[in-house]
Amino acid sequence: MSDPLPTDTHPVQTDRRTFLRKSLPVALAVASMAEADPPDATKAAPEPQGGSEPDQPRRYNPSEHYYGMAVDPGLCIGCGRCVEACKTENDVPREPFYFRTWVERYTAQADGETTVASPNGGIGGFPPIKEAGVLRTFFVPKLCNQCANPPCVQVCPVGATFTTPDGVVLVDHEYCIGCRYCIQACPYGARFLHPVTRTAEKCTFCYHRIVKDLVPACVEACPTQARIFGELRHRSSPLSRFMRFNNIQVLKPHLNTKPNVFYANLDGEVR
Amino acid sequence: MQAHVQPLSEVLQQVRGYIYPNEVELHWGLLVVVYPYITGLVAGAFILASLERVFNVKEVQPTYRLSLLTALAFLIVAPLPLLAHLGHPQRSFEIFLTPNLNSAMAMFGFVYAWYLMVVLLLEIWFDYRKDLVLWARGEKGLRRLLHLVLTLGARDLSPSALEFDRRAGKLITLIGIPSAFLLHGYVGFIFGSVKANPWWSSVLIPIVFLFSAIVSGIAMVLVLHLFLSLVRRVPIDMACIDKLASFLLYALIVDFSLEMLDFIHRLYEAEESIKILSQMISSQLFLSLVVLQVLLGTLLPMIALAVVSPALRTHSKVTVPDELRRWIYVAAAVLIQIGIFSTRWNVVIGGQLFSKSLRGLTVYKMELLGLEGFFMSAGLLLLPFLVLYLLVAVLPPWLDAEARPGPASADA
Repeated sequence: MSDPLPTDTHPVQTDRRTFLRKSLPVALAVASMAEADPPDATKAAPEPQGGSEPDQPRRYNPSEHYYGMAVDPGLCIGCGRCVEACKTENDVPREPFYFRTWVERYTAQADGETTVASPNGGIGGFPPIKEAGVLRTFFVPKLCNQCANPPCVQVCPVGATFTTPDGVVLVDHEYCIGCRYCIQACPYGARFLHPVTRTAEKCTFCYHRIVKDLVPACVEACPTQARIFGELRHRSSPLSRFMRFNNIQVLKPHLNTKPNVFYANLDGEVR
Repeated sequence: MQAHVQPLSEVLQQVRGYIYPNEVELHWGLLVVVYPYITGLVAGAFILASLERVFNVKEVQPTYRLSLLTALAFLIVAPLPLLAHLGHPQRSFEIFLTPNLNSAMAMFGFVYAWYLMVVLLLEIWFDYRKDLVLWARGEKGLRRLLHLVLTLGARDLSPSALEFDRRAGKLITLIGIPSAFLLHGYVGFIFGSVKANPWWSSVLIPIVFLFSAIVSGIAMVLVLHLFLSLVRRVPIDMACIDKLASFLLYALIVDFSLEMLDFIHRLYEAEESIKILSQMISSQLFLSLVVLQVLLGTLLPMIALAVVSPALRTHSKVTVPDELRRWIYVAAAVLIQIGIFSTRWNVVIGGQLFSKSLRGLTVYKMELLGLEGFFMSAGLLLLPFLVLYLLVAVLPPWLDAEARPGPASADA
């Protein structure tokens, strides 16, 4: 497991990159294909540290980006493909106690009670609902909220978990002492202790992918585009556009964690 | 891996309602219960010692040195449960090298080092220095060498030097009281500042921790003092024991009032977490909170102490014979230890038995073997007594061993 953290701070030539970015909203389908397989994806990848050529074009510069994700629960069909893709992409233990992302199913009963379930995080879909008196059901994908005011980063005694300039909360596995205070501090249950490395684990927005201009695995795998990933500070990004045209909420706003994962038209039952 | 996953599968079967999938594994287990319990005893024993030193409570003087040594014995063991609990104990020194100054936990190393080096060791050294010199004069062999080394070469017994010792000791105690408050208040803050957890997130937690620490420290020294007097076959100073019991009662009343305030405050505010917390108290925590912590660990000893100790009445000493009173004190102190341990359990484990989705409850499966198991914790709880045995052998805390220029009895 490695989270490449580019340390390069040289000024970069961004023309081609900016052009690509701005062309995204023009045609979403075309653009998503371009993102999945950009013509020069290998060149756009950050060089391993130490082996850089001085005039290498388009080195990844984290301070030029600020990432977020929007989730549209109305589009989620609970297929669990995102959870599966995440486990595969990030080598997350397969046991049903370790998730970087998972899907919850909410079942609102006519008597006002709401029950929630997430069997195996939603991998393989959900069993049919047998009980009577169900008003409605809906699915909510969950993941690390990549808070701008992250309690997990605040409490880490050694600074092993940190926020990158592009707004992603990461864990340095070489440095984490495994005290689990961050797991306690996360209000969203988004962290776990990796049973093999004995260090804290969480969603990285697939940092190794996004620095190569790819979208996170869960976004890539979602068949209904219920997850929208992108630049929060670019007005023309698909994410910004989505947020302009939808009623946006965050989870547990009273805790003032300032999440960078947003939910469209979120039901009040979701915590 | 399989051994790790099997217990989690069993937990998953017993989950009621909905918990986040990552919450099946309970992260802070028995070792993290033991840690605040032990640091509480450190702070409590030290505050008892400072009663004599700063507030001139003459009756408790026989327990002064024993309190200091008890505090030291428990303080030496205090970091071990934390170390054993870490995923990477070999990296623990990073807390000292590159602390994240925003982290409450990062302060651990500094608070601990301050308390051990500046407060406890210094105070004990200044207090024992004269005796170390006198003991060394009348001793031979290894014991003499050990006591000579412990004087650190300062063998001046002139009145001005002794006066300096006395004043330095008093000054350190003055610094020590806020330090003891800091040590245990800080442990409470680690829990009380977690806003994600409604069971922990309370400004009262550090204060409740502090007073429960004082309660547990006094109770521990009371039992140790009685036990050691019995072992040494010396007459028991009832004035001292009565005074200890009185202070124990006062601290217990304050502690219980604060806990009730916290409880009533939560109940009255009835925030969104109240439903799941009520369910937890009436099911998972019923035995450890209602029965052990409140009824047996607090109310019963409080009533017993109020009835037999002279704390609330001035002419009570005739009513209960000394022998019976001592037994009641011991019983109350043991019950209080069980109660305070339950308090730590209810905070640490209780805070993880409900989901942060506030929709479900999980269970804690304690292991027997392994680093986080029952036997490890039991060993860590017994270890301070072994350390105390060694400390008492080297530095006899008895009044009759003081300033006597001959070999002191070390067989306690």
